[in-house]
Amino acid sequence: MMLDLTLHTAPAVPLEVDVLTPARLTGLTAQETARLTVVHGNQSAELGEFFKVAGTWGGEMHLTGDLARVKLIGTGMAEGRIVVHGSAGMHLGAGMSGGEIVVEGDAGDWVGPEMTGGRIVVRGNVGHMLGAAYRGGRVGMRGGEILVFGNAGNEAGSGMRRGLVAIAGESGDFTGVNQLAGTIVVFGQLGWRTGAGMRRGTIVSMRPAEMLPTFSFACTYRPVILRLYLPYLRSLGLPVTDAQVEGCYQRWCGDAIELNRGEILLLEAGGPA
Amino acid sequence: MTAPPLHLNGTAVVDTFAEAFAMWGARVIITADTQDWARAAAQSMTGFATSIIGCKCEAGIEAELPASGTPDGRPGVSVLLFSMSAEGVGKRLLERVGQCVMTCPSTACYNGLAAEETVVVGGQLRYFGDRYQMSKLIAGRRLWRVPVMDGEFVVDERFGIQPAVGGGNILILGRDQAGTLRAAEAAIAAMRGTPGAIFPFPGGVVRSGSKPKSRYSFLFASTNDAYCPTLRTVAADSQLPEGVGSVLEIVIDGLDLAAVETAMRRGMHAAAGAGAVQISAGNYGGGLGQYHIALRPLLEPAVAAT
Repeated sequence: MMLDLTLHTAPAVPLEVDVLTPARLTGLTAQETARLTVVHGNQSAELGEFFKVAGTWGGEMHLTGDLARVKLIGTGMAEGRIVVHGSAGMHLGAGMSGGEIVVEGDAGDWVGPEMTGGRIVVRGNVGHMLGAAYRGGRVGMRGGEILVFGNAGNEAGSGMRRGLVAIAGESGDFTGVNQLAGTIVVFGQLGWRTGAGMRRGTIVSMRPAEMLPTFSFACTYRPVILRLYLPYLRSLGLPVTDAQVEGCYQRWCGDAIELNRGEILLLEAGGPA
Repeated sequence: MTAPPLHLNGTAVVDTFAEAFAMWGARVIITADTQDWARAAAQSMTGFATSIIGCKCEAGIEAELPASGTPDGRPGVSVLLFSMSAEGVGKRLLERVGQCVMTCPSTACYNGLAAEETVVVGGQLRYFGDRYQMSKLIAGRRLWRVPVMDGEFVVDERFGIQPAVGGGNILILGRDQAGTLRAAEAAIAAMRGTPGAIFPFPGGVVRSGSKPKSRYSFLFASTNDAYCPTLRTVAADSQLPEGVGSVLEIVIDGLDLAAVETAMRRGMHAAAGAGAVQISAGNYGGGLGQYHIALRPLLEPAVAAT
């Protein structure tokens, strides 16, 4: 059985729906689901005031409508699948540990912050702080995968500890800032100050980028590991070319103001040597 | 007591069985920038791995792999390695991947066996990286990147191992050394490419077959005198029929019994077609090995090599 939620009344202010997780929905009828408490601005409300509910949770939920003001979809989820036919609001999949969230449109800021597992796929653009650490925290994403088919805002992968972030479009400033480990692959243009403060981890870019002075050029080579990563991303639908798989990459090491064990790999223009 | 001989394309087949042993096996996929370098690493890794008796493991090349059939899209070689225990496989993999694959230019090394039990290989070799190593997790698979002088050595953290079958064999008896060797060459050519099977001796063929025990107290295996033509009249229990002047053996290790049986079937048919006088198999009376592979059921038509 599948659970269908269709937005019939757009929220005037942000609507927090952290109840929309498999753990809360299991065993509920459609009527019980509609009576779940959500937060509209600073007021409590029932889910049914905004969504038409049909079906019951059986491992998959579909949300339809412009949910750009609907926050915390899939927060803390550990299993199952959520599909958003439209856009999603902030804090999508925050702290999730398993399962999959697919957004057919755009998603707001803070997609997958501090997640530990599972996969988030956004077909459109995402806001700032993708897979990041919350303010005051040091560790961001600790596992799982986030795939963005559009652009990402600033500080994607901030404080990232493990996992994979792939951005098909452009990424804003401070991509991988304070990164502790994990992998970020950006197919479009990187913003300013990529990898600032990173200790370990990998940032891959298919476009030239200006490096911080605290990063040092090591060599140009063909990383075998990308022959594993990139075909995997291609299998997930990202636009990976053979030239990117087989290409030569500049390896920059940094950030020297930190541990200096991170790397930024930049595809050399002109394809394979 | 040996049963009356069967026949296969005019070649006598002794109605006996090959006595094989329970082992543990692993499959290693080696890739490199070129097939030659992948093969060089595989040959090095499978060197001095003919018999568990003296080499601590048995290993061989299972197949050469096209770029489209390897994890990183480069040409590769599939190697099988066997030992008597799970721990033994782990130790030998660590030694041989470390000394023979990591050392070889441009190579990477991947687990080729989906198995419940695993041994740590890359997770140990990573220490060679002296804290410059990096790990990556791709689709639940952890790999290690060890910096080396030509770039990086990429290796899976864990390799799958599974119960396996070692010591399957056929004996090819011929009139003389040259004719017997031709029959053995035909047999091994037909047997190569059997999925899940390797033939650990030089060129896949062994001339110094052994029996358990020795007249010397410090040896636990010695020459198989029953099949030595020079000892026909002095060995206590010579098995050489009239007219046989040379014997060669092909030993088969497989990831499962079916792989060993398939290879034996292919080898018997090919050897019979190449002029072998008699085909038999080595056993120790059935008291040592866990697997008794009878030759009679293998006389069915051979399956073409894949």
